[in-house]
Amino acid sequence: MTIAQPHAGWVGRSIRRVEDPTLIAGAGRFTADLPATYRVRFVRSERAAGRISKIHVPDGATAITATDLAGVKPIRPMLHKFDYVPIGQPILARDHVRFVGEPIAAVVAPSDAEAEDIAEAIEVAMEDQAAVIDARTALAAEAPRVHAEVAGNLIVKGAVETPGFADARARADSIVRLELRSRRQNAMPLEPRGGHAAFDAGSGRVTLTCSTQMPHLTRTAITDLLGMPESDLRVVAPDVGGGFGQKMSLATEYVLLVWLARKLRSSVAWHEDRRENLIAAFHSRDQFIEIEGAFDSNGKLLALAADVIANVGAYSCFPTTCAVEPLMAMAELPGPYDVRAYRCAARGVLTNTCPMAPYRGVSRPVITFALERLMDRAALEFGLEPSEIRRRNLIETFPYVSATGLTFDEASYRQTLEMAVAALDLPAFRARQQQARARGRYLGIGFSAFSERTGYGTPAFAARGMEIIPGFETIDLSMGPSGLVEARIGASPHGQGLRTTLAQIIADEIGVPPDRIRVIHGDTDRTPYGFGTFASRSAVIAGGASLLAARKVRSKLIKIASLLLEAAPDDIVLDGGAAKVAGTDRSIAIEALARAAYHQVHRFKGEIEPGIAASATYDPAGTFANACHVAIVEVDPETGQVRIENFIAAEDAGRLINPMIVDGQIQGGIAQGIGNALLEEIVYDQTGNILTTTLADFLPPTAHEIPPIELHHLETVSDASVTRAKGVGEGGAIGAPAAVINAINDALAPFGAEINEIPATPRRIRAAIHAARKPAEQRA
Amino acid sequence: MTNIPVRFTVNGRGAEASVEPRTSLADCLRRELKLTGTHLGCEHGVCGACTVVVDGAAVRACLMLAAQADGSDIITVEGLSNGDELSPLQASFRKHHALQCGFCTPGILTTAHALLTEEPDADADRIRDVLSGNICRCTGYIPIIEAVLDARAAYGYVTGEP
Repeated sequence: MTIAQPHAGWVGRSIRRVEDPTLIAGAGRFTADLPATYRVRFVRSERAAGRISKIHVPDGATAITATDLAGVKPIRPMLHKFDYVPIGQPILARDHVRFVGEPIAAVVAPSDAEAEDIAEAIEVAMEDQAAVIDARTALAAEAPRVHAEVAGNLIVKGAVETPGFADARARADSIVRLELRSRRQNAMPLEPRGGHAAFDAGSGRVTLTCSTQMPHLTRTAITDLLGMPESDLRVVAPDVGGGFGQKMSLATEYVLLVWLARKLRSSVAWHEDRRENLIAAFHSRDQFIEIEGAFDSNGKLLALAADVIANVGAYSCFPTTCAVEPLMAMAELPGPYDVRAYRCAARGVLTNTCPMAPYRGVSRPVITFALERLMDRAALEFGLEPSEIRRRNLIETFPYVSATGLTFDEASYRQTLEMAVAALDLPAFRARQQQARARGRYLGIGFSAFSERTGYGTPAFAARGMEIIPGFETIDLSMGPSGLVEARIGASPHGQGLRTTLAQIIADEIGVPPDRIRVIHGDTDRTPYGFGTFASRSAVIAGGASLLAARKVRSKLIKIASLLLEAAPDDIVLDGGAAKVAGTDRSIAIEALARAAYHQVHRFKGEIEPGIAASATYDPAGTFANACHVAIVEVDPETGQVRIENFIAAEDAGRLINPMIVDGQIQGGIAQGIGNALLEEIVYDQTGNILTTTLADFLPPTAHEIPPIELHHLETVSDASVTRAKGVGEGGAIGAPAAVINAINDALAPFGAEINEIPATPRRIRAAIHAARKPAEQRA
Repeated sequence: MTNIPVRFTVNGRGAEASVEPRTSLADCLRRELKLTGTHLGCEHGVCGACTVVVDGAAVRACLMLAAQADGSDIITVEGLSNGDELSPLQASFRKHHALQCGFCTPGILTTAHALLTEEPDADADRIRDVLSGNICRCTGYIPIIEAVLDARAAYGYVTGEP
């Protein structure tokens, strides 16, 4: 392992974010800030399954229904593997509704209030049909079908078994089995989704401003569905108030807005309210996992097996498809451990619930929870410290090819574990835990070691059999005559500080400070085609493209300087806004080079092309970041309340470009993971009615629930990323739930109680204690 | 519905609008007065993104009618900075990386401004308690609390006081 060396340039410095001043001043520009001629309100299904018999619209009201949308194609994402059955999602429900919250009609009025009044007056007559809400129930032979064409509601199924699996399992001394449940969650960005579509009579074009993580693919998708030329639509992602994956999937509502803007030749806007967001803006993490580990007598994992059932809701999201959760679970479940024998079956199951879509970490918070619970249970059986069983199983040699064929690049699984253990003084904690128990207080410690596959390009997505294969990012970099640099990127940040991070990378190459570099994103008219910001990819992929383009600009600047300074190119150094001849006092300002490139091209005598511009594309195979999280909690067995005393994360995301931003990503991810572990749950009743429709029911963490978070960094240099940076966006959220739940279980050990469910609410914790007491009482 | 006139002082200047009686203060500020820095995250009083200061008190602008605020002195996020210059509280948010997407930030700034105006000596527990009514989905809150602590001097808190 090579550790990154201190760097003299802009990379590695916690410079303040260029994004901040406007946002702090209240001058940010979010989608809902735009004025519109018309406002749209959706009438949504109140039934989980039904057949629409009549829609009654009051006289004089404007309401669009499916019958108005003749010629508009349904959203039909495609996957060419794993027995995926394609299904269509109409933009407005046509005959059937399949989940509570599905859009049925769109009301158009001059104000939100009027549109809401009209929407409430619209009557939808419907015949109820049998609904299925739970994934395991949906797999039963007699279960109603959510889509007629999908037998058994099984929309996708994957299976893998390595050669020799059965033999490896048979050699084991001990088999440890667990059943785990992750309840449904909502990414819940603080800015709900929203769109604004404006028709321009002069050009015939529509500009859709919307709260999206992937503007280019949104444009392609909508123009495909509406059958219009791609160039007739411009998609703008202005300031976006968080996404966490929820805003990467195509919203049916945006398709309708573009259709309406063209129809009305005007501007229309829709802003999701929180209830709509909670019931209809994509859910995630609704999974059952059965996991089994076969260990030798030393606690070494010989074989791992799992069965994953993912409830994917009523439709398949675009572009990833609803297969993303079950298939990622199957591919990445072995995590950071060296295990050669692996068997897994993963199924995606349709139900009459809100569609599933990626949410920060996608399946990995759930599979990490499952695998890390397995490790702790095994540690208990072997009488080992949780840290020790991990020490015996973590990957240590690189490159490592996993049981599912993933190539793990240079990382520090073992070192981050040791770093975390050293930071917390484990023997002291165990002593304190014993003393506390004697006083009737229950402390627990939980570990979570994990790998985070980040910055992966087209090969990784192609392996999933996706029809739309994202992965590369392109940057168009130019320096104008004034010497100001513009970097136009296809990535689409929404809180990650990417404008700052990329400027730091570019600054080091071309010798101008970051404040002379403007990063432009989120506008299909102004940026090269790219896939947006998701999957911990932008720092790696857009960052890599930035570095490659900046190197081209650098070599052009050196060429010009060499000609103007009459020095050899190898002797030119770009630094501090000037090109200098090494070892002399001769220099020329970079602004002067820029002027010359545009206005004094005659001096180049045809040897150098005019202008300063370069493009580059980066499409890496991917790089694995890693970390070890440790949570220390206290559980009150009477109330089931969990207090997190301390949280330690030792992480390795390769080279830190802006350490402040990296820390922010990790802390924020951990906070979200703590919410996922303890609080956040979307609840349906048996009829498919959703019960968690406000932020008083669906509970994101507040300042009270988040403990101090102690961060430690390693910077492993990996050739898998040209900038040596690994992705860091999802890691916090991936590792934290497992650490918290393991800590709760450690705290509950004196009761013999165990909890393998997320979120571990006070009610569930009390039930676990009660269930453990019961057999003991019965025995007595 | 007949519109009603409302008048306030907003960020030190007189402002007036004609609104429906049911118009919330948040909608009035955003739509009528074009002060779009006040954000709407839930419209049911939980997330705190719409918080503004009304006659010195931090108020959920989504839960107050514009008509109820008639005659009040209102401070929105736009009123915290002095022209192009960030206030010390705002600058502290930048210094501590107390925002990522920035959507919750206006409501958190106004909440913190109201708190520190009344209690410049608020400690971390008090700040956490008051800010527990504002949801931030990005930062994990820790840098926000640090930023508010660090801004106390600008509100008259003298460090090292007994």
